[in-house]
Amino acid sequence: MSRADGGLPDASGRFGPFGGRYVPETLMAALQELEEAYLAARDDPAFRAELEALLRDYAGRPTPLYFARRLSERMGGARVYLKREDLAHTGAHKINNALGQALLAKRLGKRRIVAETGAGQHGVATATACALLGLECIVYMGAEDIRRQAPNVFRMRLLGAEVRPVESGTRTLKDAINEALRDWVTNVRTTHYLLGSAVGPHPYPMMVRDFQSVIGREAKEQLLAREGRLPDYAVACVGGGSNAIGLFHPFYEDRQVQLVGVEAAGRGLGTGQHAASLAAGRPGVLHGAYSYLLQDEQGQVLGTHSISAGLDYPGVGPEHSFYKETGRARYVAVGDEEALEGFRLLAETEGILPALEPAHAIHYAAHLAKTLPPEAIVLVCLSGRGDKDLAVVAQALGVQV
Amino acid sequence: MGRIAACFRDLRERGEMGIIAYLTVGYPDVDSTLRLVPALLAGGAHLVELGIPFSDPLADGATVQRATQAALEQGVTPATCLQVVGTLRERGVEAPLVLMGYFNPVLAYGVERFAADAAAAGVDGLIVVDLPWEEAGPVLAACRAYGIDLVPLVAPTTSDERLARIGSEASGFIYCVSVTGVTGAREELPPDLPDFLRRVRERTALPVAVGFGISKRKHVESLRPWAEAVVVGSAIIQCLDGARPDEREERVKAYVEVLAGRRGQDEA
Repeated sequence: MSRADGGLPDASGRFGPFGGRYVPETLMAALQELEEAYLAARDDPAFRAELEALLRDYAGRPTPLYFARRLSERMGGARVYLKREDLAHTGAHKINNALGQALLAKRLGKRRIVAETGAGQHGVATATACALLGLECIVYMGAEDIRRQAPNVFRMRLLGAEVRPVESGTRTLKDAINEALRDWVTNVRTTHYLLGSAVGPHPYPMMVRDFQSVIGREAKEQLLAREGRLPDYAVACVGGGSNAIGLFHPFYEDRQVQLVGVEAAGRGLGTGQHAASLAAGRPGVLHGAYSYLLQDEQGQVLGTHSISAGLDYPGVGPEHSFYKETGRARYVAVGDEEALEGFRLLAETEGILPALEPAHAIHYAAHLAKTLPPEAIVLVCLSGRGDKDLAVVAQALGVQV
Repeated sequence: MGRIAACFRDLRERGEMGIIAYLTVGYPDVDSTLRLVPALLAGGAHLVELGIPFSDPLADGATVQRATQAALEQGVTPATCLQVVGTLRERGVEAPLVLMGYFNPVLAYGVERFAADAAAAGVDGLIVVDLPWEEAGPVLAACRAYGIDLVPLVAPTTSDERLARIGSEASGFIYCVSVTGVTGAREELPPDLPDFLRRVRERTALPVAVGFGISKRKHVESLRPWAEAVVVGSAIIQCLDGARPDEREERVKAYVEVLAGRRGQDEA
């Protein structure tokens, strides 16, 4: 897979100062074992062939690159292209990583899988991969997220997963990760933790990035075939940041491509009710990595808010912190109301209901396109579809369904 | 010689098993912590661990999570914890006091400044649950500079190579996590615990303490051949639950007396 990043992370799992492995001692052996197994699998043609076949025949890759003509015309500026991860099996990019890690778990001889989920997309993808490969699956999900993402909870259960509600802390994604880690600490000898974003201790940020980089590799190839050139901008939403790093990483060396990550500004950065770690946080350690973090003066992790459960997380992957510090990517924040506008805009102009997470990126990209000349190209990762969000959107719009 | 080393030397001379008692600072309130530490020592504890509350205690089970949450709701900060140690020293507590917590609050305070202020307050040791030895460099340097022991955790899953490295570089004592799991009282200890403790002992000259799941006198007795001390946490917090404020000190004192073999189970 791509090594266009100068080999980061380094041997200690660092992207510059960010990353590392800040975990309870009990997990150190498992992380070392996972790292070794992953590096061996990455270089094993048989593993790669098996994963590529599943991604093609089962997950539906490559996903289309779609020129959003009416959206572009409506905005009256640059041409906007959508990388259609919403058309991958299970309706989001999460399947890329879930299949990769589930295959790896089988290689490790671990037949019990635990995962966390926020919006439920990673939980559904993990439950799907486990059903496909015959693995036991337990998904931890914040009680608050279970309430707002009920359809995905039902999907996971239909797929044979056990969904365990998490009542501690803020009862969202952060606490689901805490609980998944507690399970892993307890059952580490038999269990693989199938972490869903490019966060956590080394090797997760590297491994999840590699599995998601298929997004950017395909998009680059498709755009070159169609337009004969690279995009001017690549835009993606950032919660933990897996779809964004998957899109960005293959463009890392292409300095003419501006990378923009869109975080959730929730009710506004000034209100404290947001999830914009890079825009409004400072570096700290949560869930095994040193990275940007929303925390108070005492180092306590702050509660977050976003209309989209998938972005409602106080941390962010360490590679994004590195991109921010080095200036390779720029990070902006888009609020709940604007995300809803992005959702409606794409529905009305293109007949596509995006998930609320990429609706943030759509809003930013559409307004960016307006400021650019017609020959400019903006590539957006449409990381998931919006079916799961209909109840939330209806409620926000004051509609009874 | 520091207080921790002196404490284990005295234990060895007396042939006694050490009791390390854990409290979350500020549970149920800060004033209680100040009164409970002397009560634990009066009951027979030799060393006290004071937990710095953190919003995301991912190595802790339900009991310590709940105590942590209650402490945070009362506004307990790392600075509060240092003040508690300072106050205990002013009140004449001479036993070794060890702070235990997660890395981010220490990082936010400033590693160097934290070590300096901790030493000034009278802290003898520091345990950072999510700071494996490979990541501990800056904290270890700061602790050494101010004469604080950075006490490492080792687990049944820790390899022999890492045990040897940690066992030769650490100071104070080695904290052995008895099970693969989170903190919390358990009925039985795992059967392979002696094998694990033997692996540790063969690779360090430091005293060995065993924690996670320890709550009964029978646990203490069974570990005597393998360890210098046991750590008891969740069981002490459970003693506090449901106790009237005026009963708390007596309850934890009586509990530690049972653990230490000073009184029978039925008398507690």
